[in-house]
Amino acid sequence: MSVVDRQEWDVVVVGAGGAGLRAAIEARERGARTAVICKSLFGKAHTVMAEGGIAASMGNANAHDNWQVHFRDTMRGGKFLNQWRMAELHAQEAPDRVWELETWGALFDRTKDGRISQRNFGGHEYPRLAHVGDRTGLELIRTLQQKIVSLQQEDKKETGDYESRLKIYQECTVTRVLKDGSRVSGVFAYDRETGRFFVLEAPAVVIATGGIGKSFKVTSNSWEYTGDGHALALLAGAPLLNMEFVQFHPTGMVWPPSVKGILVTESVRGDGGVLRNSEGKRFMFEYIPDVFKEKYAQSEEEGDRWYEDPDNNRRPPELLPRDEVARAINSEVKAGRGSPHGGVFLDVSTRMPAEVIRRRLPSMYHQFKELADVDITAEPMEVGPTCHYVMGGIAVESDTAAARGVPGLFAAGEVAGGMHGSNRLGGNSLSDLLVFGRRAGWHAAEHATALAAARPPVDEAQVDAAAAEALRPFSAEGAEPAVGPPENPYTLHQELQQAMNDLVGIIRREGEMEQALEKLADLRVRARRAGVEGHRQFNPGWHLALDLRNMLLVSECVARAALERTESRGGHTREDHPAMDRKWRNVNLLCQLTDPTGGLAATDPVRGQIDLTRETTDPIRADLLALFDKEELVKYLAEEELYE
Amino acid sequence: MSGYTAHFKVWRGDVKGGDLEDFKVEVNDGEVVLDIIHRLQATQAPDLAVRWNCKAGKCGSCSAEINGRPRLMCMTRMSVFTQEETITVTPLRAFPVVRDLVTNVGFNYQKAREVPAFVPPAGLGPGEYRMMQEDVDRSQEFRKCIECFLCQDTCHVVRDHEENKPAFAGPRFLMRVAELDMHPLDAAEESGLDRKKTAQDEHGLGYCNITKCCTEVCPEGIKITDNALIPLKERAVDRKYDPLVWLGSKIRRRSSAE
Amino acid sequence: MATGTEPPDTESHTVSGGVRTGTRAAIDAPHLRTDRWWLAPAATAAGLLAFIVYSTWRAFADTDYYAAPYVSPFYSPCLAERCAPMRHGPNWELFGSWWGISPAIIILIFPLGFRLTCYYYRKAYYRGFWASPPACAVAEPHKKYTGETRFPLILQNIHRYFFYAAIVVAGILTYDTVLSFRNEKYEWGHMGLGTLVFLVNIVLIWAYTISCHSCRHIVGGKLRHFSKHPVRYRAWQFVGKLNARHMQLAWASLVSVALADFYVFLVASGAFDDPRFF
Repeated sequence: MSVVDRQEWDVVVVGAGGAGLRAAIEARERGARTAVICKSLFGKAHTVMAEGGIAASMGNANAHDNWQVHFRDTMRGGKFLNQWRMAELHAQEAPDRVWELETWGALFDRTKDGRISQRNFGGHEYPRLAHVGDRTGLELIRTLQQKIVSLQQEDKKETGDYESRLKIYQECTVTRVLKDGSRVSGVFAYDRETGRFFVLEAPAVVIATGGIGKSFKVTSNSWEYTGDGHALALLAGAPLLNMEFVQFHPTGMVWPPSVKGILVTESVRGDGGVLRNSEGKRFMFEYIPDVFKEKYAQSEEEGDRWYEDPDNNRRPPELLPRDEVARAINSEVKAGRGSPHGGVFLDVSTRMPAEVIRRRLPSMYHQFKELADVDITAEPMEVGPTCHYVMGGIAVESDTAAARGVPGLFAAGEVAGGMHGSNRLGGNSLSDLLVFGRRAGWHAAEHATALAAARPPVDEAQVDAAAAEALRPFSAEGAEPAVGPPENPYTLHQELQQAMNDLVGIIRREGEMEQALEKLADLRVRARRAGVEGHRQFNPGWHLALDLRNMLLVSECVARAALERTESRGGHTREDHPAMDRKWRNVNLLCQLTDPTGGLAATDPVRGQIDLTRETTDPIRADLLALFDKEELVKYLAEEELYE
Repeated sequence: MSGYTAHFKVWRGDVKGGDLEDFKVEVNDGEVVLDIIHRLQATQAPDLAVRWNCKAGKCGSCSAEINGRPRLMCMTRMSVFTQEETITVTPLRAFPVVRDLVTNVGFNYQKAREVPAFVPPAGLGPGEYRMMQEDVDRSQEFRKCIECFLCQDTCHVVRDHEENKPAFAGPRFLMRVAELDMHPLDAAEESGLDRKKTAQDEHGLGYCNITKCCTEVCPEGIKITDNALIPLKERAVDRKYDPLVWLGSKIRRRSSAE
Repeated sequence: MATGTEPPDTESHTVSGGVRTGTRAAIDAPHLRTDRWWLAPAATAAGLLAFIVYSTWRAFADTDYYAAPYVSPFYSPCLAERCAPMRHGPNWELFGSWWGISPAIIILIFPLGFRLTCYYYRKAYYRGFWASPPACAVAEPHKKYTGETRFPLILQNIHRYFFYAAIVVAGILTYDTVLSFRNEKYEWGHMGLGTLVFLVNIVLIWAYTISCHSCRHIVGGKLRHFSKHPVRYRAWQFVGKLNARHMQLAWASLVSVALADFYVFLVASGAFDDPRFF
């Protein structure tokens, strides 16, 4: 049946955010013919939402900064669960990746002597974030986009065709990674505009699809964040790592309802904003955990002095890692000290002159003015936690970004797991995109070059199966009439978001997660009956019906892993196991598809689709451990690890 | 104010034809037009095609025309309309329609490619760039652009004259030329590229009659006309219409010919 | 991919050219704006028209333009032999007796050219008189449009030279304002209501002239590195602040110059006595 359009490429990159574009640039510069597929228009990726900056220890603002300090901060933030080799590479290479952007035309804010200005952020010991006002993500995406265009201009000069070596397939969605045995052979995708299917044959595929936030109701993520890459990897046979760690950003908008969850950048706090409860108290001082006691100010006076004199004072607790702040806000609201719309107050108006606020936080000013009718230079904002980022993701080799177990599959950016451990520091995501985007593109290009003579063939049967799977929503009615009527994909999606938000949200309990798994099983059965009206041309109902498969897979991973990990650490908080447990420090949880053939027909409602396995991590290299004080390590590492 | 029922007219159709369709739909406190479009999708028209991403005015995807004015749907609050008002939502009318509220904005991507990229200065490696804040301020303003293409949509040069599309880059990409020409380290001139001249000769700056609609619709509040287009026109004047410069170049050419 | 980066195939569809081009959303109405979009261009056109009528009458009138110590800004400098004598006045007989019509015509060319090629006025009259476009997202009635790419509108590029001339004219009007600190016997140190009118007018004229986009370019806008030219950077910032009010200044100075002329007319024609302050 399949008469689908086919094209040959060396490397296919799925996703055109920061990681995807950086990977594509690298692959193309290393000589691989590279195609990028993205769900939205080119340049609209979710990366534009990143506001604060890119963490890189360039030492422009404080000369004491170096990669070792950055590494230390990253490990602390992730509660030592990070893949330490990734954290090391990340800290070492981030400055080069930022400087490189300048040579492509990026314009960061400057220091007095003309270098890149760096700002403070939660969890970072020194001012470290290269930024452009509060629109750093936009600058990053635009710079990469324009670099791609410049490469295309070069190709046009040489070959007469802009797209001879680097092409962007906009508004297209990949639904399956195709394989030849265990190896990657290409991808199956549909074009949103026409609804037509096509296959890109390629020996190397880089997944850079971002996160999973759209499985939660209150989220800062856009519609694209449906866990596509996570699901594609699972279906291709690759494992997902530590999916229980979902970061809830402490400050999302809480009102009006239609914008609930939209991000309020951490720079608001980095630049002096403070959190208060309904009694007007700066409550964060009550919530400094023991492991951070020595690093944070104990009084408001000291915290305030820090903005002026960071070398002799400790930072205010508003700048604790995100998980701590999110939990604190959650507790304040639960204790009845919340703001009128169920958040807490974040105030800059009493801390900075109006003109400075407008200059340093222009898009926040704009966002509150336009969307909530709040003037942040005159009144406090109301904020609350919002699902923001998933630390878990595709298990990859640290140096090459290659997905484990599937030769030819690579992953970078939010979709890859491990780098951030149990909690990501603000600013580390943009640097992560650049460092590992480049590495993924590099190794994908190498992999493709090595296979140039013997490219893995595309299996016709897989193409047919993928096409049939993608078309099922159109024949939902009558397909399985005995089971029930067709389901509205929008309703299913809303129920899924509600369930994940309520039952596997910021504070988790065993019973609720079991309930969540039951609900997911029910939704999974109903999702097979998701039906759509109309035809294939730009049909959002159809697109959602297809995305549901991915969200359900990923949600199950999150719920199962969260149920398994009986401790609280970073982005995973168990009410029934409130403490961090050193025994879990070196345990990774891997999710894999139960049915290794990649078929999803066998939807056993009880067993589900996911198998969970535990894995002990490699011990942290001695020279890296030596960067920490013994007293600090004792808090994280188990006895036997300390004496190895 | 809590919920009420609003009257919407939404254009539905494709390149073969279409029409404004009437909807009655619930509106709640604090909502924006995009929320209403989403409610239509979820309850009445599941296949209503619309582009959107961030819902916070940062990505520039949900451009449309609301009551005839080019705007972002996510940044148009329902409270700016009266409850009795009929709200008409159509796709951008300067670009070919794909389906419902989605248009083919390929024109813009083509124009983006025609603007030669930033030329890195020779002899400066990564990490060696030194630029002063006051020197990057101007280009930074232009880099706030979220590429919603509302300026391209509203600009009458192409909106009302399809035939001008090949010759005219549009405000967004003329602004890109200005951005690069004001970049403190762009080495285009050293490489033989005169952006001031090509702005007029290749990107159609002369078509702009500075009627400022691009500035009026810009959701980022970029002063496109005053800060990018007019300065660019003045720079083109430096190159092409300054008799002193012209005379100078004539004399130089003659003396070199002798 | 049709949503790809290739441009769509438009050639086969271009029939009517504008928003009703075949490939675009099929909507009959040339625009769907529901606000009073016509108000701004109508008001602009009315305002400009009123000034044109008034200034044409006054420029060709050739009378009542001098009432010591005041000279109408329309007639300053007065460069023909036929000019009314003005003591110390801007009254140089560059043009001899052969100039037979109102001497205002000689000099008005410059401020007229300055305003005609001004970036704000261009917007105003393109919208108000030409309907090109009448308002944003409102279809314009013209079949073809080439903008400022060819003659005559390509001449708009000489705005800068009119700016230089406008500086000279503003300088002369400043001189007139200084002269207005005399009484009708040409004694210094006096002031009347007319002096005040002249003062307001000259401030607005200067503000409008300095806020010009060409001026902004010349003082600093053309520079690539502000950091290497701190004085010009400051000047550019100052002009930029004024430039943001260019439209308001354009109208204010247009009204004030007409009022100054009208004041001189009233005094010169004897309809009104200039109240003296001291």
